[in-house]
Amino acid sequence: MTTATPRPGPVPGPSGPKPAPPPGRPGHQTGGSRTEGSAHQAQPGRRFDAVPMTGAQSLVRSLEEVGCEVVFGIPGGTILPAYDPLLDSTRVRHVLVRHEQGAGHAATGYAQATGEVGVCMATSGPGATNLVTPIADAYMDSVPIVAITGQQSRPLIGTDAFQEADITGITMPVTKHNTLVTDATEIPRAIVEAFHLASTGRPGPVLVDIPKDVLQEQTTFTWPPEMKLPGYRPTTRPHGKQIREAARLISAAHRPVLYVGGGVLKAEASDQLRELAELTGIPVVTTLMARGAFPDSHPQHLGMPGMHGTVAAVAAMQKSDLLIALGARFDDRVTGVLASFAPTAKVVHADIDPAEISKNRRADVPIVGDCKEVIVELLDAVRTERAERGQADLAAWWAQLDELRGTFPLGYTWPPDGSLSPQYVIERIGAIAGPDAVYTAGVGQHQMWAAQFIGYEKPRTWLNSGGLGTMGYAVPAAMGAKMGRPDAVVWAIDGDGCFQMTNQELATCAIEGIPIKVAIINNGNLGMVRQWQQLFYGERYSNTDLGTHKHRIPDFKLLAEAMGCVGLRAESRDDVDRVIKQAMEIDDQPVVIDFVVGPDAQVWPMVAAGTGNDEIMAARNIRPLFDGDELVAGVDEIAAVTAEINEESAQ
Amino acid sequence: MIERHTLSVLVEDKPGVLARVSGLFSRRGFNIESLAVGPTEHSEISRMTIVVTVDDLPLEQVTKQLNKLVHVIKIVELDANASVQRQLLLVKVRADATVRSQVLEVIELFRARAVDVTPEAVTIEATGTVEKIGALLRNLEPFGIREMVQSGTIAVGRGPRSITATTGRA
Repeated sequence: MTTATPRPGPVPGPSGPKPAPPPGRPGHQTGGSRTEGSAHQAQPGRRFDAVPMTGAQSLVRSLEEVGCEVVFGIPGGTILPAYDPLLDSTRVRHVLVRHEQGAGHAATGYAQATGEVGVCMATSGPGATNLVTPIADAYMDSVPIVAITGQQSRPLIGTDAFQEADITGITMPVTKHNTLVTDATEIPRAIVEAFHLASTGRPGPVLVDIPKDVLQEQTTFTWPPEMKLPGYRPTTRPHGKQIREAARLISAAHRPVLYVGGGVLKAEASDQLRELAELTGIPVVTTLMARGAFPDSHPQHLGMPGMHGTVAAVAAMQKSDLLIALGARFDDRVTGVLASFAPTAKVVHADIDPAEISKNRRADVPIVGDCKEVIVELLDAVRTERAERGQADLAAWWAQLDELRGTFPLGYTWPPDGSLSPQYVIERIGAIAGPDAVYTAGVGQHQMWAAQFIGYEKPRTWLNSGGLGTMGYAVPAAMGAKMGRPDAVVWAIDGDGCFQMTNQELATCAIEGIPIKVAIINNGNLGMVRQWQQLFYGERYSNTDLGTHKHRIPDFKLLAEAMGCVGLRAESRDDVDRVIKQAMEIDDQPVVIDFVVGPDAQVWPMVAAGTGNDEIMAARNIRPLFDGDELVAGVDEIAAVTAEINEESAQ
Repeated sequence: MIERHTLSVLVEDKPGVLARVSGLFSRRGFNIESLAVGPTEHSEISRMTIVVTVDDLPLEQVTKQLNKLVHVIKIVELDANASVQRQLLLVKVRADATVRSQVLEVIELFRARAVDVTPEAVTIEATGTVEKIGALLRNLEPFGIREMVQSGTIAVGRGPRSITATTGRA
């Protein structure tokens, strides 16, 4: 490559620098239109018949008509034509990010905070490949985003042209769908289909790749376009018979657990879930992706299951006779070793994606459908079932669970060396910012502590990278969340390692007026890796010391200030509340707080990788679950009901 | 039980659809035994016939994953007993004057055809089930197989019913 500047490419286009965006505050984004529901459906009344324009204009018009309000992106050679009409658009605001990965995670944060489709845009080649990580991230966490990428002009495709990358080929395994538009008249349809695919069924990322000459060519704009998706028919209505069978098991079970996953949030079914939980009295666990789907303060909430879940949540599943999985996918971080996961439980598994059902754990009652519709129908069916046959008494079950959560509550100890406790910092942020704030996290110890020690009461207040585990998610996702919910306080709980991967977006936040708050839980190390080295590698700390303590490189306070943010620091317990409150009072600038915390704090409880959930450690060398037999009562009964149902099904 | 399964998959005739399908098999860890793609009676729809050897449970998983591909319209598993399944074989066998008549005899027995003859070799065309093609090859092997080309299996259900884009999916 002969050119020193990778992008924008040496291409003709509107000359001169793009005018600086108006210093608008995100407050002018009302966000109100998201309540209209499926905004991606062409709004009735707006019809256009063969209006002449360029492909680029058609793209921007399509984004406007589909209800897109914000695009996160960076221009470059091949996407340049699209940026010209974008300058004139009053309905689509473009946020100029500093790295395409930031655009992708911002789109994800926007989507997770609002429920709307997030949109990111990049040029071909490196611009597009920089989107791959956030696209894969959105795919694993089923987040509706649309990525629009420029592509080399049609005659150059396949010639290894400058900034050419086969991005549809590259993203095939990590998108719900992707498409290369080869005809400008197809642009409106490609956009409508992309938004429809991203946001319906099991949500996910969709990429639309548009060659530069397609953007440049003269075409006509016709709206609304007709979708042609003969192979796409997601099932949202559950099957009545399976609902009845599920209701029967739910009413008969002595040790049921509602195993709630992110699908409940995506289906906006939190209210219905609460109704079902309160109707049945069944204990609830919420996975990392479902924090906030059920109030943490609710007495029936046992907390998060899985590798760093609460003892009560993990034990409840292990001892359960019936797991009612709602929008969850039996991820290995929840199940531990699959063979020893919830050995005595029957499984009712409801998910909108049929491929998730019986993928990891065989479902006794499979239910394909949207979680809200499933729960609504379950409510009816359970009421009927209870009226006819009554419901099993859960008093003994609750007594055991209450004892477990009383004996092994989540907790932490202060570091003996007098350093600041990271858990305390996170707990205080949660207490001061409260349940109306939106929290994002990176990946690692701080993420687990943020999942454990902040009380989530409302849906869409906890955003994190669950499936892919993408370090660097927090800052750009917070930026996207704040764009989508400008009236909410948005906190990024980040680690010093994660923060150094994507903090360039602080410059975006400062310039575009996106006043997020970033708490760096700075333990000087790649903390989670260090924890594993401490536990499993004989305390040989290979390449986990980042020098953010030892050398104070970078100095996060100065870095924040250099990026146009307010930089604060807290190093002792006395500082914590003061700086958090100080940050809460600043609403016209992003704030970064460097919380210098001890390096040795660990995340507990823990189910070590490769072990079963019964081997959960409440804290180092404390293993609560030795017993095996006194909790199996009731299992025979649920087995009998299942057998009965199977027999009836066979007839 | 590990068995050979034949999937008849109707797909939209779009660029990259073969890569989507084959990529899905490889990244989910499934081995494709054979795959044949071709047009159907409908100009916008192609049919892939995919033969896989898997357990029932993984087969269900791969079918579900395939169904999620937006360009996949329908998947039907064709039972070997209720469908006609054929492969095409072209094989070049060493056959000089001393053994040519024996080779031609084998060809006759298997209802295959000689499509090219030279003094040193005969090229044979045969169609049939995997089993028949296998048996033919075993009988030709002693003469010396110089080169062999096989197509993937194609299959169609027996009886008057047909798999179309509008009827129910498997």
